[in-house]
Amino acid sequence: MKYAIRAGDIDHGGSASARIKSELTEAGVDATTARRAGIVSFEGEMNLIVYSDDGGTLSVIVEPDAVIVELEDTGPGIEDIDLAMTPGYSTAPVWATDLGFGAGMGLVNMKQHSDGFEIQSQIGVGTKVTCRIERKGDWKRRRGRDHETT
Amino acid sequence: MKLHELAAVIGGSILVGEDQPDLVIDRAFAADLLSDVLALTEEQTTLVTSMINPQVMRVAEILNVTAVIFVGGKIPPPSLVEYAVKLSIPLVATNKTTFETCGLMYAHGIRSCLSRPVSDMGGR
Repeated sequence: MKYAIRAGDIDHGGSASARIKSELTEAGVDATTARRAGIVSFEGEMNLIVYSDDGGTLSVIVEPDAVIVELEDTGPGIEDIDLAMTPGYSTAPVWATDLGFGAGMGLVNMKQHSDGFEIQSQIGVGTKVTCRIERKGDWKRRRGRDHETT
Repeated sequence: MKLHELAAVIGGSILVGEDQPDLVIDRAFAADLLSDVLALTEEQTTLVTSMINPQVMRVAEILNVTAVIFVGGKIPPPSLVEYAVKLSIPLVATNKTTFETCGLMYAHGIRSCLSRPVSDMGGR
């Protein structure tokens, strides 16, 4: 699944992520993993809308053991990643905070709901965030099934 | 507590969910910052909020929220109500403030959806 997210398109904010969550559920991904992937996607999608220069892409890959959520934009880039990862730190414009966004929790939430989190950013080039969400609920189900058959 | 009992307790009206009068509400979370909702809620929570933008319902959908309560006399736009109908997520609207709504819900046995302290989450 790959979605193009437009910068500033707040009206559609979260709609790609809501779709991703329901598509993951339909694809048989367990509810907890789909929920976590939805949270990570939502935060990433809002980041692209609020902060990116020209929007970006939100991609989701379903692997047998994990769901990978990847976000990529072409700028402006994050000057200090550690600072951006500090809970509560935000550079969100007023129009975003008025709508309940820009709490300075976006990247923190993404990391918290992922089992693997990578961020690369360069000023003037762009930012890429990759989140790996293990399909733990599916493991349990598979283990249960294996147990039943043995 | 059942949905229609909750609506009576907070003096609210059910906008969506009249077809689910027996739905049980026992956990809740209140916030206007959607990032807080995304960070801190556990599954099967009811959301109390004064935000009526479409993103609220998208968050509710992603989080499998049980019901959404709009406080402070805010009435969500028809597009939001239609979306909630499609998702079968009940909506209740009340003129009471967030504080009053949460107080009444707590007094009637509804508890926080959090099963771990906030300090364990997101480094706070």
